Amino acid sequence: MKYIDEYRDGTLALSIAATIAAEAAIDRRYRFMEFCGGHTHAISRYGLEDLLPANVTMVHGPGCPVCVLPVGRIDDAIRLAMRPEVTLCTYADLLRVPASGGTSLLKAKAAGADIRMITSPLDAVLMAEAEPAREVVFLAIGFETTTPSTALSIDLAHKKRLGNFSVFCNHVLTPPAIRAILDTAHLPPDERVQIDGFIGPAHVSTVIGTEPYRALCAQFAKPVVVAGFEPLDVLQAILMLVRQMNAGHYRVENQYIRAVTATGNRLAQSAMAEVFAMRDTFEWRGLGQLPHSALRLSDAFAAFDAERRFCVVPVAAADNPACECADVLRGLKKPADCKLFGTTCSPEAPMGSCMVSPEGACAAHWTYGRFRDRIPARAAA
Amino acid sequence: MTAPRLRRRKLDIKTGLVDLSHGAGGRASAQLVDDIFRPAFDNALLDLGNDQAAFDVAAGRMVMSTDGHVIWPLFFPGGDIGSLSVHGTINDLAMAGAQPLHLAASYILEEGFPLADLQRIAISMGRAARAAGVAIVTGDTKVVERGKADGLFITTTGIGVVPPGIVISGDRARPGDRVIASGSIGDHGVAVMSRRANLGFETEIVSDSAALNGLVAAMVGAVGAGLRVMRDPTRGGLAATLNEIARQSRCGFHIHESALVVRPDVAAACELLGLDPLNVANEGKLVAIVDPAAADRLLAAMQAHPLGREASIIGTVTEDDQGFVQMTTAFGGDRIVDWLTGEQLPRIC
Repeated sequence: MKYIDEYRDGTLALSIAATIAAEAAIDRRYRFMEFCGGHTHAISRYGLEDLLPANVTMVHGPGCPVCVLPVGRIDDAIRLAMRPEVTLCTYADLLRVPASGGTSLLKAKAAGADIRMITSPLDAVLMAEAEPAREVVFLAIGFETTTPSTALSIDLAHKKRLGNFSVFCNHVLTPPAIRAILDTAHLPPDERVQIDGFIGPAHVSTVIGTEPYRALCAQFAKPVVVAGFEPLDVLQAILMLVRQMNAGHYRVENQYIRAVTATGNRLAQSAMAEVFAMRDTFEWRGLGQLPHSALRLSDAFAAFDAERRFCVVPVAAADNPACECADVLRGLKKPADCKLFGTTCSPEAPMGSCMVSPEGACAAHWTYGRFRDRIPARAAA
Repeated sequence: MTAPRLRRRKLDIKTGLVDLSHGAGGRASAQLVDDIFRPAFDNALLDLGNDQAAFDVAAGRMVMSTDGHVIWPLFFPGGDIGSLSVHGTINDLAMAGAQPLHLAASYILEEGFPLADLQRIAISMGRAARAAGVAIVTGDTKVVERGKADGLFITTTGIGVVPPGIVISGDRARPGDRVIASGSIGDHGVAVMSRRANLGFETEIVSDSAALNGLVAAMVGAVGAGLRVMRDPTRGGLAATLNEIARQSRCGFHIHESALVVRPDVAAACELLGLDPLNVANEGKLVAIVDPAAADRLLAAMQAHPLGREASIIGTVTEDDQGFVQMTTAFGGDRIVDWLTGEQLPRIC
């Protein structure tokens, strides 16, 4: 397929891999975090780790919207969906996320809640228009990638003067999460994740551009390379990070020049600015409360805010104590380090959110990479 | 003086709808069978009008299989629920190396279903069965109230005969055996998805729905007992099929992504929808696991048949107590090919 196959070329991959192996200093470790779940997925799906030398390793980051949503927000969504007048619309990924007390949106749906899967928030607006007797609530999640389309759907509902459409907003921001990962000076040493550089988000950066990473690079002295989601993009970004480290640089570089500019998509940014306002604080799974890290509907669009319309009172909910999602999301642990991984937690019966979305570190490792976990045992035998 | 004869009013197929009387076992039921199913299926056993079909069978092993069909939409590029319900059961029989003989068809109709659609579907079933050399010899029709079903569901059951000396079963794969796929993967699933209104894309892709018994006869003729396992990768795609066989045979697989055939438009649609062609349903493809000594002969026989022209050796059976299906990606790394979690697309067959 044109414009896809070029970025999955095996021969080219081997040559970049050979360059990485040649340029990475033998006596040095290169630990790179890919922030985005999209990169995590690509790394696992194409077996990229097989192409890297042993001293160049990848640490999975928290950039999976489903994974960082705290249990309490899913509980809130289920409570909303159980209201007889409400039709809750959301993306399929969210349905299986475990909520408190062994429930999930999928189980609530089976129990009679009107929960519908959609592929675009626009479908929810059209549904509200077609079914005026229903209160259609769109459960919105995602980083800056999906936020503009939620903004446009709210704008459309506003133009159509729909009184029965609202959004339960869980949109979060990328730069504060990267800051939270790197800002570890106040933590005990064993809780500080060891990262030498970042692969920056692909789709998020098409919206926000590369500028927002500049301050992070400077403050924490770590290189960032914004990269596309195709496997060759990732390999090239790794090579660029290796070269920056070897040269002692910590800059923002853009590998994904075919889609990302320094300033991003102004149109999308203004659509977001019109509809959303910054929350003072928001809870992230694994990262805790992060100030100025998420969006709510602005006061001008309060009529479309499901939290205000249905007086959603957040109820704190604890994760399963044995679940290591929090440490996996911060890059402190690998999926296989969790006792639940593959024993009581699998994509069919997830205990934690990292096992749900295909972008989650645990789901990606389980689905594509778990055969690697047994290699030492085999070699010993 | 003779008693007045009731004048039979013709079934209004053009504008008529299924009503509850069509499932009540009375004259209306009989008329539905006489006017729609009998002409469409056209065979002497059905014409006898019994509640069962009686026939002689050859000596040897028989196979039997049944399959329910709930696909939506009922009509899709390359087929419809009728042809699919015939192909589905014929293929399940053929995967044992059998020559399918007879089918039974059972219908659940929703009140209000257009008779014209029912006739179109019945004609399509008759045509598919005749093309495969199989007769639909008995059946049943039930009608449920509006809203209690969605249009029409069809269950088909079939029997067939396995040639002497042939034992093909999911537990017979052995390390070192070769794995052959009969052609491109993912066509059926993408064709059906393209007709789901809310996905909003159009393609030229048609379903691969086809009866595989002719191809299977050629394969059995070419290598006989060298064939160990055959399966048609329907729901869950090639990935589910290989995982099923790995579990049954307590083995693993190593396949090569570069050996898989995926049509460019199917690959493009999967890319857009975030699907893996390995998980997408097929309705006219098979996977064969064969003694390595017979692999080349089998491949040649398959490629000589119209339904196996694009057949290729995609991998080998490995010794693996954990049953992993491992794949070397076209990119050069290795990964697992796993079962699909959850439902990719409800009502695909």
